[in-house]
Amino acid sequence: MVNGIDSAKTKSFYEEGTTKKSSGLASWLFSTDHKRIGLMYLVTISVFFCVGAIFGILMRLELMSPGETIMKAETYNSFFTLHGVIMIFLFIIPGIPAVFGNFFLPLQIGAKDVAFPRINLLSYWIYIIGASLVLLSLLIPGGAIDTGWTFYIPYSVRSGSNISLAIFAAFVLGFSSILTGLNFITTVHRMRAPGMTWFRMPLFVWATYATAWIQIIATPVIAITILLVILERFFGVGIFDPALGGDPILFQHMFWIYSHPAVYIMILPAMGVVSEIIPTFARRTIFGYKAIAMSSLAIAFVGYLVWAHHMFTSGMSDTARWIFSLLTFIVALPSGVKVFNWVATMYKGSIDPKPPFLWVMSFIVLFSIGGLTGLVVGSLATDIHLHDTYFVVAHFHYVMFGGTGTIFFAALYYWFPKMFGKMYNIKVASLGVLFFFISFNLLYFPKFILGYMGMPRRYYDYLPQFADLQLISTIGSWLMGLTLILIITNIVSAIIKGKKSEENPWGGVTLEWHTSSPPPLENFEVIPEVKHEPYDFSQLEEMKHGS
Amino acid sequence: MLSGPTSHVETVDSVMIYIVGISVILLLGVTAAMIYFVFKYHRKKGHKPKDIHGSVLLETIWIVIPTLLVLSMFYFGYTGFREMRLVPDNAMEINVTARMWQWSFNYGSGMQTDSLYVPQGQPIKLLLNSADVNHSFFIPAFRVKEDVIAGRTNYLVFTPDEIGKYDVACAEYCGLKHSMMYTKVIVMAREEFDNWYTRSSEKTDSNGEAD
Repeated sequence: MVNGIDSAKTKSFYEEGTTKKSSGLASWLFSTDHKRIGLMYLVTISVFFCVGAIFGILMRLELMSPGETIMKAETYNSFFTLHGVIMIFLFIIPGIPAVFGNFFLPLQIGAKDVAFPRINLLSYWIYIIGASLVLLSLLIPGGAIDTGWTFYIPYSVRSGSNISLAIFAAFVLGFSSILTGLNFITTVHRMRAPGMTWFRMPLFVWATYATAWIQIIATPVIAITILLVILERFFGVGIFDPALGGDPILFQHMFWIYSHPAVYIMILPAMGVVSEIIPTFARRTIFGYKAIAMSSLAIAFVGYLVWAHHMFTSGMSDTARWIFSLLTFIVALPSGVKVFNWVATMYKGSIDPKPPFLWVMSFIVLFSIGGLTGLVVGSLATDIHLHDTYFVVAHFHYVMFGGTGTIFFAALYYWFPKMFGKMYNIKVASLGVLFFFISFNLLYFPKFILGYMGMPRRYYDYLPQFADLQLISTIGSWLMGLTLILIITNIVSAIIKGKKSEENPWGGVTLEWHTSSPPPLENFEVIPEVKHEPYDFSQLEEMKHGS
Repeated sequence: MLSGPTSHVETVDSVMIYIVGISVILLLGVTAAMIYFVFKYHRKKGHKPKDIHGSVLLETIWIVIPTLLVLSMFYFGYTGFREMRLVPDNAMEINVTARMWQWSFNYGSGMQTDSLYVPQGQPIKLLLNSADVNHSFFIPAFRVKEDVIAGRTNYLVFTPDEIGKYDVACAEYCGLKHSMMYTKVIVMAREEFDNWYTRSSEKTDSNGEAD
């Protein structure tokens, strides 16, 4: 894996591990090095992303024309459930924190590793166990889950499919998330290098830190909810099931008390990555550092208080509806602040639009569309009409895939030379961003219109008036499939036979660029002493002379 | 958009146009500024970058103005919502039962139908009940929707202004035939409705069911 890296004076973490032997499968699977764990997450999570994408493409193929196209309704219902479960629990929640948080959080604050390296490895293994349980639930008799990833009661109590096992998998995965969060919080509090004050921390660290708090505070709620559903299925205790005197609305509240903050677990780390990439490629300091850092905390906090906007049509009281609508509009503000500060950071910079920056430009447009359509569904009058329609499907794909998914690629393309010491094909990478942007809009924009026309979500079949836009969306999914192949092939071939990269190809100044690429086992030969604010590019000259 | 089979359609569509209008302006503004900066400050042009750490004035502007904008969006959304929740005194109550995967409508006299028949201009209050799992009663053409939850009775109000047939969909996932759980709401002239009602009620007396 590490061919061609020999110029570094010290051995890279590929050549020196924490286990007895530094190479071979065991040296990875039992490694407590945060960088190796980050890379293991990268491989595993990317595989699940591809599986989830294949389910998505097959769903689009079924929806290409009305009536049965390639599968029966049962299969379709399982496919959209699996697409959701895999993308949410196995890709986008762990996604950026587990891969790039693990790899770069210790590097960016000048630490040798995370605070609890063994717990870090444990959380990877818990993730693998949880993921295996999801796969097992597909294979054993009973059938693949068909409830949607929201598992709404009473349907999830009545359905005969393997729901108990599948939601138990989500329960297990939650512990992986909690342990990672715990680790990051402790690391940020205890492991910062000398001189790394709170307001010298890179904004990716701030964002990951804010996320970690949501992970450890919100995740237990879904764990409790899941246990109660399992109890309900096996013993009929009557907490949620109306047939036993329970309240199905209570389930929706408990589900969203976790799952709405989880939306911020998904997006906050991505926002952190954006705040890294823009200064590096504009080669100037970030505009509004404190505003961006504090808006992450504000999102993490206010994000707890808006969950019931998923339930505006559920029949909860009209008072609850308007209060949650008001709070939902408030949570939009810190995201807006970030977008304005990012664009302002480009002002009077020296901008070199390399692929990571192009991903960020694409992100700003797609995420803004996602965020602004969030205002449409935050407003009561319009949400009542659009709730549970394709409009909502389009909205959250713009936020989650156009937002977090885009930045997953941005982070990979930004930190690739640091992680692997190699470089991918820049031209192909830039084209990849362009193709992604076009196919993304072709795939998801028609869904806004379909939603307003009244096309409900989770529909196997649809009325003839929706056929044209459904077909356009399906064509978009083919282009998206090809684009993903291009983007991923570029990365994989660069890992196998990419040219050796410069140590600091983009001219980054945060601490991860102050060590060799790839870094040594304990990250720095000497723990650096921090004398600058995070995005002070006057260091660039010293850094060149220093190395 | 902006006119439709109920007066509520105009309300919802104007809130939609208001929010989307502001959003499009913001989106174009952000995108244009970004693209302009990328060309204007491209590294090839050899500008020396300038470190600007921030501006309290700008931060204040882009917190205060969006706050006012979103509060106005909230307000219009709220008033539009109030309108659809107020039950007029003369509202006609109809019981709706959802079950996997069909709707049935009960008019109080024991008469039951699979499609919803309503007289033009008459405020209707639907009482929504589920016989099994969660469903959601959705008339896209009227811009109204309310979930049908097992174990509780939700309600939904509308006043149909135009004669015609409109789709009713189930919007909450309810299993195998969720996407086939469609029916119609049929808006008839008052007289026609009264005739239909009397005729069908008579039939109901002998057959127990009418359509």
